[in-house]
Amino acid sequence: MNLTQELGRAIGNAATILPPDVVRSLEAARDREEGPARVQLEAILENVHIARGGRVPICQDTGTITFFVKAGTKFRHLDALVRALPEAARTATKDVPLRPNTVHPFTGKNPGDNTGRSIPAITWEMVEGDGAEVHILPKGGGSENCCALKMLPPGVGLKGVKEAVVEHVVSCGGLPCPPTVIGVGIGGGADLSLKLGKKALLRPLGERHPEPEVAALEAELEELINASGVGPMGLGGKTTVLAVHAEYAHRHPASLPLGIVVQCWAHRRATVRIRADGKLEVA
Amino acid sequence: MNRVLTTPVSEKDARALKAGDVIYVSGTMFTARDEAHKMMLERGSPLPVEGLALFHCGPVAQEAGTGWEILAAGPTTSARMELFEAEFLRKFRTRIIVGKGGMGEKTLAALGEVGAVYTHFTGGAGALAAKAVKRVAAVHWLEELGMPEAIWVMEVERFGPLVVAMDSHGQSLYKDLSVTVGKNMEAIRARIKGGN
Repeated sequence: MNLTQELGRAIGNAATILPPDVVRSLEAARDREEGPARVQLEAILENVHIARGGRVPICQDTGTITFFVKAGTKFRHLDALVRALPEAARTATKDVPLRPNTVHPFTGKNPGDNTGRSIPAITWEMVEGDGAEVHILPKGGGSENCCALKMLPPGVGLKGVKEAVVEHVVSCGGLPCPPTVIGVGIGGGADLSLKLGKKALLRPLGERHPEPEVAALEAELEELINASGVGPMGLGGKTTVLAVHAEYAHRHPASLPLGIVVQCWAHRRATVRIRADGKLEVA
Repeated sequence: MNRVLTTPVSEKDARALKAGDVIYVSGTMFTARDEAHKMMLERGSPLPVEGLALFHCGPVAQEAGTGWEILAAGPTTSARMELFEAEFLRKFRTRIIVGKGGMGEKTLAALGEVGAVYTHFTGGAGALAAKAVKRVAAVHWLEELGMPEAIWVMEVERFGPLVVAMDSHGQSLYKDLSVTVGKNMEAIRARIKGGN
């Protein structure tokens, strides 16, 4: 198998082809909007069409390359996968091309290949099985700058969680390029809540959390945020978020961590599945 | 109103535009971000820009054969240029600003004084913008400022859609919207408090 090449191709797909669930959600938003809001969504959809046809990046900010890997405890190609992930980022940077987005925080130097210390960012999860699943999430700077961590006093309860999410997302206005997708992580701890929020973005739009209480929270947050009227690009309208996805972990009795992860309309994703025999499937 | 303006745009045509209008621009557009604004105010403009469209953008450009090609050219956040824009407009009289996110009170006042508009181009729509660029006419101060900050002079055809977000009559969609959102938020807070 040529793992590096296939992973590189998948990163390229993510940068240039918006997933069908996101396109459908943007189309539905266009159909219910009018005036400047509709103009923005029409421009977005035309842009998506041009990018796919010409295989050019959807947005000039091609993001930080982020991987979420679910590896089976019996998966035999772990070694090759560890080596292939940063190499695939380099390959895609040249081939697509992608904008080099990794800057050394002290020297300001940019290696020019979208890799660097701890980048691409990789989150490993061990699961039962003999295969592996690599989720690719290139994340732009404008929306990442709008992410937030709130350490709430547990006494505020879920009402406090709702209030904090709505206030934060609305206060971002047009900055993260709405309509956005919001990942909400509740509990776990400061770092884990943000990680859960980011992981929640991997779920396809239109798919609710399997637990009814969490699914109800997602639906309520969508409705509340969209009632604000911020709208596409912060120019006013009915669609400020395409979706809110929530995940949770158990919390310490004294803590109620809330991670709010904001993703722009260009919600770019791709997935590569590696079977036990090394066969690859790119989605 | 949904129309195409060709540069150089006259003061009269710029004053006829109202917040909420959707326009397209054909003709000459030049990019300037923070550094280019600062340098143009210090040294003067390397090209005549009265009536042209000013684009807050750091494009991805590629040298191709005889010249340059623009690959992606979405707007950058305009608020950073608030430091310079009022003086810039008075000095250079560009008539159409293209950016995203809106600008402040000083720029709004200068738009009224000079007869110009601020327009919003869809954030992230870099491929759509690049498609409207027919030719790179010139690039200034590339050596000194680097690719994103240099002044790129581009011939464009039907560049847009651009939503007139701030006009020369003191109207700003952003100002109006923040009042509306503020009111909506009062009702939303009450709903959360009264809910489960």
